Amino acid sequence: MQTDDGRESLTTFAPNCAETENMSRLLSSFAILLTLAFAGGNSGLLAQNHGAGTHDAEHAHTEDAEHDHAEHGHAENHAHTEDAEHDHAEDHTHSEEFVAGEFIIHHIADAHDIHLFGDVHIPLPVLLFIEGEGLQVFMSSAFEGHGHGDKHYACDEGIDYTMHAEDTVLENDVAVVSGGISAQREGQQLTVYDFSITKSVFGMLFILSMMLWMFISIAGSYKKNPGKAPKGMANALEPLILFIRDEIAKPSIGDKADKFMPFLLTVFFFIFFCNLLGLVPFLGGFNITGTIGVTVVLATLVFLLTNFNGNKHYWGHLFWPPGVPLPVKFILVPIEVFGIIMKPAVLMIRLTANISAGHIIILAFTSLIFIFGDGGTAIASGSGMGIFSTAFMIFMYFLELLVAFLQAFVFTLLAAIYFGDATHDPAHH
Amino acid sequence: MELLSILFEIGVGQGLAGLGAGAAAIGAGIGVGRIGGSALEAMARQPEAMSDLRSNMIVAAALVEGVALFGIIICLLVALG
Repeated sequence: MQTDDGRESLTTFAPNCAETENMSRLLSSFAILLTLAFAGGNSGLLAQNHGAGTHDAEHAHTEDAEHDHAEHGHAENHAHTEDAEHDHAEDHTHSEEFVAGEFIIHHIADAHDIHLFGDVHIPLPVLLFIEGEGLQVFMSSAFEGHGHGDKHYACDEGIDYTMHAEDTVLENDVAVVSGGISAQREGQQLTVYDFSITKSVFGMLFILSMMLWMFISIAGSYKKNPGKAPKGMANALEPLILFIRDEIAKPSIGDKADKFMPFLLTVFFFIFFCNLLGLVPFLGGFNITGTIGVTVVLATLVFLLTNFNGNKHYWGHLFWPPGVPLPVKFILVPIEVFGIIMKPAVLMIRLTANISAGHIIILAFTSLIFIFGDGGTAIASGSGMGIFSTAFMIFMYFLELLVAFLQAFVFTLLAAIYFGDATHDPAHH
Repeated sequence: MELLSILFEIGVGQGLAGLGAGAAAIGAGIGVGRIGGSALEAMARQPEAMSDLRSNMIVAAALVEGVALFGIIICLLVALG
């Protein structure tokens, strides 16, 4: 009985795999669009802050200079310039110092390669559509330069590519996020659309191909031995699939649960596996579901499915809530309409923030070692902190394993509740 | 001494962002704590309704946490922007 039901849900899942492939394209393009949008906002802010900072520093410096000048007179002018140079040198080392915030953001952001450890990177293909030049494809290992500075690549066709180390605004007022690529021909900035297989896109493609293989193979195994107890992979996944159907879909959607099962299963396993991939140590620290561009697509799909499946009851309650006095309706209707967009938006923020927060906490414990180590000068406190940090990091990893499952569960459950609200028919009860 | 100097280097805006993160954590702590406490009480009274209670508890906790994370994200944007 149970196996039969399990097979049913699996066969409904199989055709959906084609959809997930399309979704990955959507996901990557949305991810790129959103990264660009965010880059615009962020780099503007950074530029302003930076400007203000230098202005303050200059101001303080001239004040100091005047003060010194008044006290010591002309004779010590020489010493003063030395002082100034010293200050300048200090400022320089200051900018090279370990900055925890930058370190963390750099590690949770998307990249053009998978960074394993030290100088070991797995290069990924870069696909750029350049206006007037067409599609350019090369591997990210073509970029030359070590460490944290800008990296350059001059290709044979005369285009110079730059991979920026920091958020920058180019001469033609285009903002490039750190890790982003710009292209120049003979000093002229070209308009670049980045469709690269970045770390996150690669991770998603990996998860999607793994899911295709897993679910097609278990669908096959159910077809091969009908009525028998599941073995291997099917045995491992059946409890989860049944859990989603019996604990999430059926109680919240009711009779129409089977219609939404393919989507719910896809979303659940996609989020769950992406979360788990992000927790594998020494594997580039994928932060797929912590990228707002990925979750915005998942949330948009929930939004579209909810509203396209909404019955007349759902819309009726939305625009003319029954049993409410007329003046209250004027307050209630805008709130309800706002809620249509707000519900998926909260889904999006919750997933992104939870997964990113987990990564940030683990990276913050890593940063503590460097802060206490003080750039290699305080070895004792650094290594002491190292032991403490490692213990907490292991604890956080286990907590994150729970969160990885919980967030996938919560996303699926809330999506199912929204679908249930939209398709619920009170006449049947 | 080193730590003190690090603390002094942090700007006012960043300090306030830190306070904001703390306030968000307090809010989420109160919310999730009440939900967990009430759910445990309910489970103790009616162990047979445990699975229903558990999933409702998780949904409620997720909703509270969602609001707290809005706060945390704003703080992060202030601190790093």
